[in-house]
Amino acid sequence: MASLKRRQFLKLGALAAGGAFLTTRLAFAGNGGPPTRFVLVILRGALDGLAAVPPYADPDYAALRREVALHEPGANGGVLPLNGFFGLHPSFGFLGQAYANRELVVFQAVASPYRERSHFDGQDVLENGSLRPHALQSGWLNRALAHLPGAPAREPGVALGQNVPLVMRGPAEVSSWSPSKMTALDEDTLARLTDLYAHDPLLSVRLADATAADALVAGDSQMTMAAAPAQGAAAYAARYAQLVKAAAGFLRQENGPRVAVFDTTGWDTHANEGGAEGQLAGRLKALDGGLAMLKQELGPVWSQTAVLMVTEFGRTAAVNGTRGTDHGTGTAAFLCGGAVAGGRVIADWPGLSARALYQGRDLNPTLDLRAVFKGILSEHMGVPERALDAEVFPDSGAVRALRGLTHA
Amino acid sequence: MSLSADTQAAIAANRFGLGARPGDLEAIGSDARGWLRAQLKGSPPQIAGADLKPSFTTLAEALELRRQIEERKKSGTLDPAMAEEQQQKLGQFVRPVYVSEATARFALAVGTERPFLERLSQFWTNHFAVSIDKQFMPALAGAFEREAIRPNVLGRFADLLLAAESHPAMLMYLDNFISVGPDSQAAQRFERRPNAPHLGINENLAREILELHTLGVGGGYTQADVTTFAQVITGWSIGGNHGRFQSGEPGRFVFRPGLHQPGAKTVLNTRYPDSGYGQGVAVLNDLARHPSTAHFIATKLCRHFIADEPPAAAVNRVAGAFTASEGDLPTVYRTLVETREAWAAPLTKFKTPADYIYSVYRGLALPVEAGKGPLGPFEVLGQRIWQPGSPAGWPDRSADWDGSSALLKRIEWADQTGARLGSRIDAKALGPQLLGENLTDATRTAVSRAVSAEQAVTLLLAAPEFMRR
Repeated sequence: MASLKRRQFLKLGALAAGGAFLTTRLAFAGNGGPPTRFVLVILRGALDGLAAVPPYADPDYAALRREVALHEPGANGGVLPLNGFFGLHPSFGFLGQAYANRELVVFQAVASPYRERSHFDGQDVLENGSLRPHALQSGWLNRALAHLPGAPAREPGVALGQNVPLVMRGPAEVSSWSPSKMTALDEDTLARLTDLYAHDPLLSVRLADATAADALVAGDSQMTMAAAPAQGAAAYAARYAQLVKAAAGFLRQENGPRVAVFDTTGWDTHANEGGAEGQLAGRLKALDGGLAMLKQELGPVWSQTAVLMVTEFGRTAAVNGTRGTDHGTGTAAFLCGGAVAGGRVIADWPGLSARALYQGRDLNPTLDLRAVFKGILSEHMGVPERALDAEVFPDSGAVRALRGLTHA
Repeated sequence: MSLSADTQAAIAANRFGLGARPGDLEAIGSDARGWLRAQLKGSPPQIAGADLKPSFTTLAEALELRRQIEERKKSGTLDPAMAEEQQQKLGQFVRPVYVSEATARFALAVGTERPFLERLSQFWTNHFAVSIDKQFMPALAGAFEREAIRPNVLGRFADLLLAAESHPAMLMYLDNFISVGPDSQAAQRFERRPNAPHLGINENLAREILELHTLGVGGGYTQADVTTFAQVITGWSIGGNHGRFQSGEPGRFVFRPGLHQPGAKTVLNTRYPDSGYGQGVAVLNDLARHPSTAHFIATKLCRHFIADEPPAAAVNRVAGAFTASEGDLPTVYRTLVETREAWAAPLTKFKTPADYIYSVYRGLALPVEAGKGPLGPFEVLGQRIWQPGSPAGWPDRSADWDGSSALLKRIEWADQTGARLGSRIDAKALGPQLLGENLTDATRTAVSRAVSAEQAVTLLLAAPEFMRR
């Protein structure tokens, strides 16, 4: 029951200290190593950062966004307040609260090194951690797992979903997990298959990973395995909730993975994107609700957790001819969690004037996402910086880690 | 190195085809290439059925249904609870169409005597992917494949391209049907009104044609080409929509001159005089002939039929055939069949869930029953028919499909299938019929030592050599 005791202790610690800072240090001390957790959420399809984090006070914003421009805090359908210049989309109720609680850092005008406008290449660069699409067949998060301090865990990372996204593929063994409606294999058949796969280097590892993940799940009665409804907005929210619950189920295990990754889709808002309400607002609301659920499900582990939400690139600064936005460059990102030194917007704002826009059309990125990745991996997860500069993010020596994002 | 006739027959049936049925390897005999070439002769099979309607009929009905809902919302005669109900009506309308279409397609894949041609047809549908997670698409994806893809898979690439890009499903999926030229008559007239919303282009379809359907990313186009090409295809629209998109026969392609951006335009350094609709056709024809397109298509075909990272020599040969024949697809397919590398090693490709399901159904001679039941495995194994989730289509490398959870699901489904049908099947006799010499001694032994007929089927279907093609 060591875990129960530790959790109670952490809870008390958090209450007594009134913040995550002390909690994390106590947890370090109590466990002989950082029990921190990291969750990466990839928003596939290119999130409109100017809708998620509207610079409502920028003089050019309203004219560019026309009918989908959001208004200042307090106005009807207005944004949630951040720092007087940027706001949060009104769908972000939980994130707004997290910002007030200093558990959220908002990044604006960020981008990966990718500067073209293909979703698929953009996601590849975001995940492979190099400067070019398809330059590496493994992902930066997988390569970082090998450098986590402490004894190497058998399953240091888990991908929620049937398959492992590129960012988590590579030499470190990672598991994928998704809920199943089917009955489990009996032990005899499993043993025979394990034998049959013994000389297949790929399938033997995959089968072992799958059974290890299932064993972890079996040890946690709280993990919900109900099937999601198949259709519509309710299905989107339900599938997402299922991923979040599964992620939390793994992360709160004493000897489980410390890193989880999952993705969400539906961000490619070319037409009828909507403003305070509408298509994008619905997706943002589901994202926000999922984070609230993650916090609740993680319980005391939330205080050791940092959740990073990133997308492959942004969208055009101006609304297009079909009340949507086309593929762009600079966008927003979010870092949320009990371990986050939040309540801040980090943005070297380039402005939205015609001259300030990248190629005359997109938000100009002023912060390399790799600086954020490096800051979290080094300070929150304890990955040595020399590994980050060379192996995890090749040719990134010039991109300095952004420090102080978490309390570690 | 030359493989035995038996192994070549297994490659023909399992890699080029959709999985051997009992007796297939024997029927293919010693002429595996001839068996494949013969499938390219004669017009492609069409899927028909009383419940499979033309896309324009379905789309016209769906648009009308939506129009009624919108109208009632606007007039305030619809309370919010009713609005939800009306939205569900739209869902209730599109879902049965999807089920009929997907089941018919599954049945063809399981029953066809031309599985190579069927694999090619599905390859092209995936190349020109529309995904059912967007409104109306569940009702249109099947008809799109029947109308735009299947009739053209044995024709010229340029015709296939035009049929796909001008189909209402594609124009809707990638938003072009509401794209408006900024200097078009409609925009000029409209923008003079006070507080008029801005009308302009949507570059989604133009970008994906260049990136995903023809040149490929890095194929030599710029952002300016994307923007200009989007202007070229303004006016490619659908009849029967609301407002300024209403005219024209409901649910069918319509060219709207009033929305078309006027003037000559330059795409990829070629100047195209304004000929209205013809301007877009001219650009598509040039894209179909472009060397980058030949290389991109050849790479995808070789990745699908040879290996995840296809050998450059094979890609160059197939691309050469594409260029020399001016995109004559049967010539391209025959070159692929003759490509030595496709026969050099068995089992280089990890099956996708759909490949796996087809091969199980064909191998066990299972019937595809009516209704949504047969579609269950596609959902459970993570590849719902026509739902790749993005215009890029389903990915085609092992790492995209071989996750540990994905593998376990496949095994669990094999186990369920074995438990359900095993007592009727002699897995020991079936193994060599489906896998030929690719059946390993380890699998043979495991199957023969199984505790039950059911477990024997599970082990055969879950064997490493049945997971690959």
